[in-house]
Amino acid sequence: MAQLENRTGRRLVAGIPLFWLVLFFLIPFIIVLKISFSEVRLAMPPFAPLFQWVHGVPRPKLHFGNYGFLFTDPLYVTAYLYSIKVALVSTVCCLLIGYPMAYAIAHASPTWRNVLLMMIILPFWTSFLLRVYAWIGLLKNNGVINNVLMYLGLIHEPLPMLQSDFAVYIGIVYSYLPFMILPLYANLEKHDNTLLEAAADLGANPVTAFFRITLPQSVPGIIAGSLLVFIPAVGEYVVPSLLGRTDQLMIGRVLSDEFFENRDWPVASAVAILILLALVIPIMLFQRFQQRELEAQK
Amino acid sequence: MTSRGLFSRTALVFGLVFLYVPILSMIVFSFNNSRLVTVWDAAHSPTLKWYGELLSNGQIVGAAWLSIRIALVSATGAVTLGTLTGVALARFGPFRGRTLLSGMTTAPIVMPEVITGLSLLLMFVALEQLIGWPKGSGALTITLSHITFCMAYVTVVVQSRLVGFDESLEEAAMDLGARPATVFFRVTLPLIVPAILSGWLLAFTLSWDDLVITQFVAGPGSSTLPMVIFSKVRLGVSPDVNALATIMVMIVTLGITISAVWMRYQNRRRERDEQLAAAANL
Repeated sequence: MAQLENRTGRRLVAGIPLFWLVLFFLIPFIIVLKISFSEVRLAMPPFAPLFQWVHGVPRPKLHFGNYGFLFTDPLYVTAYLYSIKVALVSTVCCLLIGYPMAYAIAHASPTWRNVLLMMIILPFWTSFLLRVYAWIGLLKNNGVINNVLMYLGLIHEPLPMLQSDFAVYIGIVYSYLPFMILPLYANLEKHDNTLLEAAADLGANPVTAFFRITLPQSVPGIIAGSLLVFIPAVGEYVVPSLLGRTDQLMIGRVLSDEFFENRDWPVASAVAILILLALVIPIMLFQRFQQRELEAQK
Repeated sequence: MTSRGLFSRTALVFGLVFLYVPILSMIVFSFNNSRLVTVWDAAHSPTLKWYGELLSNGQIVGAAWLSIRIALVSATGAVTLGTLTGVALARFGPFRGRTLLSGMTTAPIVMPEVITGLSLLLMFVALEQLIGWPKGSGALTITLSHITFCMAYVTVVVQSRLVGFDESLEEAAMDLGARPATVFFRVTLPLIVPAILSGWLLAFTLSWDDLVITQFVAGPGSSTLPMVIFSKVRLGVSPDVNALATIMVMIVTLGITISAVWMRYQNRRRERDEQLAAAANL
């Protein structure tokens, strides 16, 4: 009896979220994939059906034009490559800034550690949109940074910083820095200091000890943090829209424009599929890492 | 102190300055009289006039109210589904569909939002064609989407809390004859309450804050607060947005401080109880 109740209960507990995610996460992707092979038309919904009924048998009519279009128009190719470049540079910057910060937190006293961690997390709880918006006020031609530099006499003309690659890097690094620091901290905090002491006893200087012991041990944290920054940054929409160049769009913006401005749902879907293709390996790496982390806690 | 310690501490200080200068600048300029957001009008500042303007802006207040209602429902739905998922992944061992379930909970966390938004909207359109539900886009489709992307975060929080506990308490209750549902409500649930609470807060914040997914599934009638802010700041900086940011930072700081104090209090009480229990056993 209890055995039976147990089994139905388990089926329900696992089955309800599984059903929900299949309906609202998996099926939507299949629909995107399907529409990316459809032909655009002026109707609602604005695409032709994929299957045509020929003598009572559904026959698929695959249309590869959307993908062909994306590869022939340089606008899409450059936006695609530009997004990957921006995401890569931002990830490296996050790592270079975040690693020493995580290291310092992991080596602080326990009380300080909690305070510092809270200070890293706090901006994350305030609106992402507003934090990006704040940089407009700082980077503008008559913004805070230019005013301070001119007041100090370091420059005489305002530096044009807004609507540049630089502004996009700042915006992405600023928004995603906590995602880099937290996994790095979680990793660095677990390190065993006896290894470093042994290295010091054997005559290694601190720099050598860092590169030969600490850094190799923190590789899992580096990978997790980098994936958490890189994957969403490729499709980033808000930061480039508010701070970025107007002559070079990122791929997330291209997708959104195809959908909202051109109302070309099939091309927007094809763009989504191509972004996913670039991210499929990083996403799978991230999943494997997550699972391993949870297993290790046991 | 070693040179390495000095370097990393300097980096930490500069990093924190980098994290907080933009937020502080919004707070400072929210009290500035000038409409030119970044020019300080010393003669007439500080002033609260932008706060007044913000609160009398019907569009913003209405959008904020809609966002709060959506976030309340979404966070609650996400916590329910996320807790079920976390329990299934942490406690059920291998079962059919486990890989699929765990894959579908980690993927939404890193998935670029434009893709999630587009795919959800296309699914809603297809569903409406097929069964006539949901009728058009609006608060309902926004809420369903928010539940979906927020539950992944709740799952991770709950799952890692459960993995941190060993199963002996639950097994003991089972051995004493408690039914599975009783074990869950009397043993498992109290253990993971902190995780559920922080999961709920996280889901609320994510839903309240989301712009990109919401833009796809919102439809013409319903504008959430991030949508209104976005269309406002695209036209340039505006001082009442600074006032709004200040209010939100204040609320978050207050909330985090209260929860930190409460957690310390709980920890102290638990330690005291444990000491008493240990003393009683002697």
